[in-house]
Amino acid sequence: MKTTSKIYTSLIFVFLFAPIAVLLVFSFNDAKSLSVFSGFSLRWYRELMSDENTLESVKNTLILATSATCISTVVGTMAAYGIYRIRREWMRGVMNTVTNIPMINPDIITGISMMLVFVFVGHLFGAATSLNFWTLLIAHVTFCLPYVIFQVLPKLNQMDSNLTEAAQDLGCTPLRAFVKVTLPQIMPSIITGAIMAFTLSLDDFVISYFTSGNDFQTLPIRIYGMTKKTVTPKMYALATIIFVVTMVLLLINNVVESKDRKEDRYNSEGGTR
Amino acid sequence: MNKSVARHTSGGTGFFLFPYSVWSVLFIVVPLVFVAYYAFTDNNFNFTFENISRFFTAVSQVKNPDGTFQEVRTYLVIFVRSLKLAAVSTVVCLAIGYPMAYIMARARAKTQRLLVTLIMIPMWMNFLIRTYAWMTILQDTGILNGFIAKLGMSPLHIIGTETAVVIGMVYDYFPYMILPIYSILAKMDEKLLEAARDLGCNGFGVMRRVVFPLSMPGVISGITMVLIPSISTFYISQKLGNGKFFLIGDVIEGQYIANNLHFAAAIAFILMVILLVCMGLLKYITGRTVHGGA
Repeated sequence: MKTTSKIYTSLIFVFLFAPIAVLLVFSFNDAKSLSVFSGFSLRWYRELMSDENTLESVKNTLILATSATCISTVVGTMAAYGIYRIRREWMRGVMNTVTNIPMINPDIITGISMMLVFVFVGHLFGAATSLNFWTLLIAHVTFCLPYVIFQVLPKLNQMDSNLTEAAQDLGCTPLRAFVKVTLPQIMPSIITGAIMAFTLSLDDFVISYFTSGNDFQTLPIRIYGMTKKTVTPKMYALATIIFVVTMVLLLINNVVESKDRKEDRYNSEGGTR
Repeated sequence: MNKSVARHTSGGTGFFLFPYSVWSVLFIVVPLVFVAYYAFTDNNFNFTFENISRFFTAVSQVKNPDGTFQEVRTYLVIFVRSLKLAAVSTVVCLAIGYPMAYIMARARAKTQRLLVTLIMIPMWMNFLIRTYAWMTILQDTGILNGFIAKLGMSPLHIIGTETAVVIGMVYDYFPYMILPIYSILAKMDEKLLEAARDLGCNGFGVMRRVVFPLSMPGVISGITMVLIPSISTFYISQKLGNGKFFLIGDVIEGQYIANNLHFAAAIAFILMVILLVCMGLLKYITGRTVHGGA
């Protein structure tokens, strides 16, 4: 890299990491200030650990993200396999377009649109509050699905379809052929898709904001509530923990991916010999 | 193709597609229909244009600096402001993101992977917290001004201005501009650039006539991925604009909190239509320039 490129790159990364550095540093601040550092302490981490509402929302977020990931991974993988096997070009086009909608539409519109349906159906059944854990789960599965599908679909297209056909010719039912032959080949993409779904669900605020009720608060919604009032470094301590956890997840994802890459290379080398 | 093979490969497709088909109709297609349905109905679900026309015609009084009052179109003004700030953020992202993507694509393979990961890391931080962190940096008594004071310069007033909102938007959506452009540039054939140079193009000519036109698909998806979230954001403006710069997302949120679901749906509907038109125009314009360049 040339010197100008290096300087430019460093400037960009200063811009990108300045707020994160601020978070990390001030989460250890002794005083309440978010702009003057007066000394190192773990005070805010201790305070965070005794904040029951926040801990409850962490638990809720994990329950929600795990459920949404399981459902969207299973349904999304099945859908990707289904789309891969669609014969008619126009039908595949329709499925792709519909799958693209939640990715292209602004979050606020996705959130509002689902909220309208939930409220409408709630009114039909005469419920006082129609937004609860289940509406939130439906919303999360809906915005996670496209990411799982578009992660798995390219892998299916790369795959040698003769293998599945051979399995079926040898007497496998389509389901058995899928489980025994296709699934092992696309597993790395499914895992990547699941990790993506999990992190998206953990991080989502806008869609959750419109589709959650008062009885089930997720962490981002709790953070939103906290930033409405004056913020203490407690929130920064929380942010630091989230940051560390997502970094670990990213690392796991990278390891899975590089393993996948190595296997691919191994397979293709084996194929040419 | 042999008939028996065709039967094998299409058998069971319905089984795999069924859950997702039902799901996507119920929770992707039906909700969009509901946005239109709510937008064109009143509280008793009778057909009306009221919500749509309210968006375009509602007026409110704004105090001028000299003390006189001026009548403005409430929602149109906010909408134009959203468009303007989103457009400025998108241009800034493109201007600083394109060179970065280019530098990344030229780097060695190992460096490339590292840079991509580094660019993505801030995206894994909750955007509410990132935005809040910028607020503490940009405040009048914040870290930036503390730093500036140490250098002996006069403090900057950024928080509560449109600049602050643009900084927040650029920060939050910047990686979405870099990554698609980078992935196109990284795949570009080096030989094309060499050929252009051999045929007498200077460095700038190569950029303008070869690299940029070829990277157009990345640029378009980058623009889309920055423009759409920054047009519809509703938190950044509240925190970094000190609540002085309401954007269209804030209005939708406000109507939702006030339980005016039909008007909220109307604004969402208008936003969706305008975004569709924007995307169409973008495709049309860039499609033409790519053809003109080639």
